[in-house]
Amino acid sequence: MELLDQISFNLQNGFDKIVASLTKDAVEKQIPPKEILSNGLIAGMNIVGEKFKNHDIFLPDVLLAARAMNGAMEVLKPLLIKEGIPIRGKVVIGSVKDDLHDIGKNLVAILLKGAGFEVIDLGNDVPAEKFISVAREENAHVIGMSALLTTTMPVMKKVVDLAKDEGLFGKIRIVIGGAPVSKEYALEIGADAYSYDGANAVETVESFFPANSQ
Amino acid sequence: MRPVFRLLSDELIERIISEARDILCYLGMEIHNDGVLSMLSDHGANVNSGTKHVLFTADIIDKALKSAPDSVKLYDVMGRQTHDLTDHNVYFTPGSAAINILDSKSGEIRKPSTADYVEYVKLVSKLDNIASQSTAFIPADVHEKISDSYRLFLSLMYGEKPVVTGAFTIDAFNVMKDLQLAVRGSRHALREKPLTIFSCCPTAPLKWSDVTSQNLVDCAENFIPVEYISMPLSGFMAPVTLVGSLVQHTAETLSGVVLSQLTQPGTPIIYGGSPAAFDVRYETTPMGAVETQMIDCAFNEIGKYLNLPTQAYIALSDAKKLDAQAGLETSMGATLAALAGINSISGPGMLDFESCQSLEKLVVDNEICGMTLRLTRGIEPKEDFPAIPVFEELLKEKHLLIANHTRKYLRDEHYFPGTVIDRANSSRWKEEGSLTIGDRAKREIERLLGTWEPTGLPDDVLVEMTGIMKAEAARFGMTLLPHEGL
Repeated sequence: MELLDQISFNLQNGFDKIVASLTKDAVEKQIPPKEILSNGLIAGMNIVGEKFKNHDIFLPDVLLAARAMNGAMEVLKPLLIKEGIPIRGKVVIGSVKDDLHDIGKNLVAILLKGAGFEVIDLGNDVPAEKFISVAREENAHVIGMSALLTTTMPVMKKVVDLAKDEGLFGKIRIVIGGAPVSKEYALEIGADAYSYDGANAVETVESFFPANSQ
Repeated sequence: MRPVFRLLSDELIERIISEARDILCYLGMEIHNDGVLSMLSDHGANVNSGTKHVLFTADIIDKALKSAPDSVKLYDVMGRQTHDLTDHNVYFTPGSAAINILDSKSGEIRKPSTADYVEYVKLVSKLDNIASQSTAFIPADVHEKISDSYRLFLSLMYGEKPVVTGAFTIDAFNVMKDLQLAVRGSRHALREKPLTIFSCCPTAPLKWSDVTSQNLVDCAENFIPVEYISMPLSGFMAPVTLVGSLVQHTAETLSGVVLSQLTQPGTPIIYGGSPAAFDVRYETTPMGAVETQMIDCAFNEIGKYLNLPTQAYIALSDAKKLDAQAGLETSMGATLAALAGINSISGPGMLDFESCQSLEKLVVDNEICGMTLRLTRGIEPKEDFPAIPVFEELLKEKHLLIANHTRKYLRDEHYFPGTVIDRANSSRWKEEGSLTIGDRAKREIERLLGTWEPTGLPDDVLVEMTGIMKAEAARFGMTLLPHEGL
């Protein structure tokens, strides 16, 4: 089996230590970091995503693969930065102000990280202004917001409005989720997208990035 | 602890058995088969050959109960063991011998064809929670005299699971036996590894017909397992009380045990039945009635008390479509039956008082069976004590999704139904087309049929079975059988 296929295979099985070690081997063998990322790690995660969708594997298997992905990214990230290769995308994520629910948001953060995105998790009870200021400072590509209460949903609209006011709208994509939130609400407040669960959030964020950024 | 549901005290069971024995000894049974009457007479029963009436004796009942085995094992066509009908083990089998099928494409109730039957056999081979096939409906495109043997033939040609079946005539039994001998290779091999169960039904009240009593004798002579299907109808052809119906069921079933065991001591038998409440408003026999299900679970307790494997027609519905009634009646029956430990639970797929099979319902019922099978495994500690370590891990990691404890026990502790059962959140459900359970069942049927693989039986066995079936069909003027055109 080729080295990159081995990386993909072990990642699919959640063998994090082997994946990290194979990634180091690949770097030592002068395989370009971008290729390791695309044809080894992300290729493996894509298969994991497909199997998860078909119920062949379950969330724990996805998270184990995500953990292996994170370990390999520790090795690759400095090299990617050094070579000026953009990372897959940067997402600022949080549960909105006055909302202390963060289980769903945490799951989305883990899955996004696992898919190779850089995730800045602002936690819960996050004011609208903070989403905007951090996204601006960090040059983030995406803001992800979660709300579990109908009473806190208006914060999402405030973030969208602020983004418009500050000329970020269109540059930073905004995706929302949570039990009371819907596709219709996303449309109503002018957010870019709505996701119904963690795996769907990864698909949504991936759709914001053209294939060549991998 | 294996959860067990009970309705009868031992004291009540003993009284019911005692009353049933009195009925057999003082009122007797009507048996329209001279051979059987003569055998009973030889064993000391008081037979009136003119009225076909026989009074049993305590001695022959005791003798029969003593020689009856306490377990029945079944093996698939490849010879692998699939069933051990004993104790509280439970196995599901589709409801059998429907005269109609609910067409999954048109939604119409119609007569089934050979093509439907083959599709059914292929589907059952892919349903994990249905342990055996049954000859679930009667293809209407063959001569009625071969409709019983042809069902078994198709089941053995296209599927591997053992078959719950039955013969409609005395002659058909021989063909059905020969088909099994073709699979196993010899009489001895068939005895060692039973492949089918034959349902044999007394007629309420307290009668055996010529055909069904002869079927019992023929099965016993060949060590082919039988299940007795006594059908008291509470308030109509049986006392209205559940206890009264149980007394009748016990008498009719015990008489079957005697017939089998006197013919061949030790022959495998199953204490089964299909009793029903009688609905005096609609003149129907509701299989989904709670009283029907209570009689089923209760006679199973009597069977267990007698150390016999049990069976019942439960886990089915009287609804005409795959609707909420179909789900609720089937689930209630399956749950009670599994908790009561009925060894062979007949019913999945069946609608309309045991007269209509539905493939969509069968895939839905497969999930009901999966859930109830999980239920029977109960709640057992699995590295749960001491509890502190896993909670320390939870507090530290904030979740346990990838904890070793989760990875080790997830798939064992939780049953994951297929996509027929909707567990998506409402947004995802809408996104995926707002499918109803009927839509999802249709999709699942297509998917499963696409994964079917031919039987592992060698070609020479298939050729031999085909020869047997064609010879039988030729007797009734059929030179070409419908499956040959599929």
